[in-house]
Amino acid sequence: MTVPLMIHTLQTNTLVTAFALVGMVMWISAVLSKYLTMGRVHGSAIAIMIGLALAYAGGIITGGKNGLADLPALSGIGLMGGGMLRDFAIVATAFEVDVERARKAGLIGALALCLGILLPFSFGVIIARIFGYTDAVSLTTIGAGAVTYIVGPVTGAALGSTSPVIALSIATGVFKAVLVMVATPFAARFIGLNNPRSAMVFGGLMGTVSGVSGGLAATDRRLVPYGALTATFHTGVGCLITPSILYFVVGAICK
Amino acid sequence: MVIAGVALLAICTILGSYLGDLLGLTLGVKANVGGVGLAMVMLIAARAWLARRGNLGEGVRFGVGFWGAMYIPIVVAMAADQNVAAAIRSGPMVLVSAFGAVLICFTAVAIVSRLSGPTETIDQIEAREGPLTPKVAQRDNLEGMTK
Repeated sequence: MTVPLMIHTLQTNTLVTAFALVGMVMWISAVLSKYLTMGRVHGSAIAIMIGLALAYAGGIITGGKNGLADLPALSGIGLMGGGMLRDFAIVATAFEVDVERARKAGLIGALALCLGILLPFSFGVIIARIFGYTDAVSLTTIGAGAVTYIVGPVTGAALGSTSPVIALSIATGVFKAVLVMVATPFAARFIGLNNPRSAMVFGGLMGTVSGVSGGLAATDRRLVPYGALTATFHTGVGCLITPSILYFVVGAICK
Repeated sequence: MVIAGVALLAICTILGSYLGDLLGLTLGVKANVGGVGLAMVMLIAARAWLARRGNLGEGVRFGVGFWGAMYIPIVVAMAADQNVAAAIRSGPMVLVSAFGAVLICFTAVAIVSRLSGPTETIDQIEAREGPLTPKVAQRDNLEGMTK
């Protein structure tokens, strides 16, 4: 009696349930960071990894696509972590942007943005070719997935690609975002990720807003707005040039 | 008024999103082109405008600052609803191209961000100028939340 009633309560308060659950995850992560890693791995990084582990568990239990959010009692996680609140909170971080410094990184940010689309795209196309894909549409779609998991399906849909290829393309992008989130705090020291300018370069190059914002949040929260500022243009520019210019280039090389 | 800050943030977000969709439509892409970025630019401009007129009250700062501080928990929730199971399941090509792409981009970050010579770290900047992360947080005793 009490258990079904409790589940009912959670289901009628999905978003509030999500706040409570995420709060507990954050608190556990802070404790783990302090006592297990002696503060060396940031609490946010641990929290994001716990989040991903929970998403894996949710996917295994329900067989669904939305990780933990597919469990009815935890569907509020989907609302809390969905595009609406994510964009709302990202925009809020701009209140902390130092305008002068952002302006200085303008040109270098644009360079990073171009490289951030061309490099992963070219690599994705080459790997797809090695794994046996030969037609320009599949190659372009898989390459686009290496840019981000949004550019991938947008490109695939625009070019009329097959469903399995689009699925592969999304999986590549999601895995890239996950890697960026997890690896950034560890790579930060080696790539000089400790100032606003390198954060903007990082945002433009890595692209995926979720990967960049998650990775930077776990590295140093103060860098988030600078990275997000360039990353936010990445998917848009990617969606713009991948199904057009880059597709023509791949087509020309294939012939 | 706290709600004024929240409303300002909401208006910037909605306008940015609308303009991003409009830009996407104009360019013939099925995507929101830079909507979040445009919203951020508008919020920065609005903040400067309010500050110049002396209208940047505590309530407004708190209304926006709270959502900025909620950002990491929201990212954790976002991580928890990714399709991680499928990403792990879908085989070696996905792993190879994602790993390679990330590695190449990390290397490029290291090279590009050093292109124009050494620059100050955010710690050095803050040691000299005081916290960049804002008076918003300080004034409203939000340091604990933003750190």
